[in-house]
Amino acid sequence: MENTEQRKELKVSAIENGTVIDHIPVQSVYQVLRILNLMEYNDQILIGTNLESQKMGKKGIIKVSNKFFKSDEINKIALVAPSATLILIKNFSVSEKKKVEIPSKVEKIVKCFNPNCITNVEDVITRFDVVNKDELKLRCHYCEKITARDTMAFK
Amino acid sequence: MKNKSLVSINDFTREEHIHILDLAGAFERRPKQHILEDYVVATLFFEPSTRTRLSFESAATRLGARVIGFSEPGSSSVQKGESLRDTIRTVSNYADIIIMRHPREGSARFASEVSRVPVINAGDGANQHPTQTLLDLYSIRKTQGTLDNLNIAFVGDLKYGRTVHSLTMALCNYNTTFHLVSPAELKLPSSVKIHIKERNLAYHQYTDMSEVIPKVDILYMTRIQKERFQDPMEYEKVKNSYILRNNLLDNAKSNLRILHPLPRVNEITYDVDDNPKAYYFTQALNGVFVRQAILAAILGVVE
Ligand SMILES: [Zn+2]
Repeated sequence: MENTEQRKELKVSAIENGTVIDHIPVQSVYQVLRILNLMEYNDQILIGTNLESQKMGKKGIIKVSNKFFKSDEINKIALVAPSATLILIKNFSVSEKKKVEIPSKVEKIVKCFNPNCITNVEDVITRFDVVNKDELKLRCHYCEKITARDTMAFK
Repeated sequence: MKNKSLVSINDFTREEHIHILDLAGAFERRPKQHILEDYVVATLFFEPSTRTRLSFESAATRLGARVIGFSEPGSSSVQKGESLRDTIRTVSNYADIIIMRHPREGSARFASEVSRVPVINAGDGANQHPTQTLLDLYSIRKTQGTLDNLNIAFVGDLKYGRTVHSLTMALCNYNTTFHLVSPAELKLPSSVKIHIKERNLAYHQYTDMSEVIPKVDILYMTRIQKERFQDPMEYEKVKNSYILRNNLLDNAKSNLRILHPLPRVNEITYDVDDNPKAYYFTQALNGVFVRQAILAAILGVVE
């Protein structure tokens, strides 16, 4: 079992040290890169998409060399990729696996869905409290309206 | 409460609400106390609301404060395109406290974060109007002798009415049973119902007002606006069901009182005005005492 998993990992080249973000829904790969601000990352990043997955049919994977995310940083991706798993790699081997968790507060990355919210009119950094993790409901710190999964847009 | 902004009704605890109501009672007994003589109060009305502005200005003036500000954005730098951030930063150099009304939701919270002085929200779009909520609480307590364990009905537009939303949230602290009467299109939004559910309180929804009247202690009426309906025919169908007429009150409890945030259009007929159960004009007067209490508490001139 371990061997098959390792072989699958190798479809996108292995990294020596860093973080593998696995089981990303294919449509969210780009958003994950944006949320983690990886466009501006200077070290090696390997990206795979439309890879076969037993669990998901098709999945995306992102491998970031020499980067170990803080949990509140990485947990933001749970908004677009709740299924994602994190694999921390040290010396080419798995040192830890974990799931992403929906954070209790979300800043900057999400737009408030309310067009009459001050954050959509003036240059204000958005802030939300996550009031329901299962259904993904965010309450805007400013207008107090609920932005839910189906109305969620990213900045 | 000293130096704290009042943006949302939940910014103050239940105990702080009660404290404001107690202070308001003292101002009702003795309205003219010049305890804010050295203070400047700014009223910034980015959208006009004469009633609310006059109530605040009356409260400030009765306490001896000087009032500066504008009553509509046309007469201010706002029209020249100044950002809210800059207007607030500037005015907070001139005043000890800012009272603002603004058409955008969340504007008051944002203002409180960029202001050097406390901000009182006098209405931010469809979101919050906490001083209205406190005067509603004051009126309820005054007429019922308590805020606890009451049966309270809200009638009309429960979807867009921020007055109803804030008051519902505040009443969740008092074991209220809610009776929600509205057309199907204008039901209380789930974002507000969350608060009721969180407290495990009961709420009942109706489309007919008459079956609710005998059960309740407070009948809180609101206006239904035609523009809120996608289908104008739908409005025509329901509009008469949400008008309170005097004969509907025949089997009401003796302690029932009728509240309304005013201005009314036609949702309470004039024959109700002479009924001792009508309380909406006194409710508006209470607003001045409550706003005196809020100003005095936030500026720290009373304990
Ligand atoms: Zn918002």
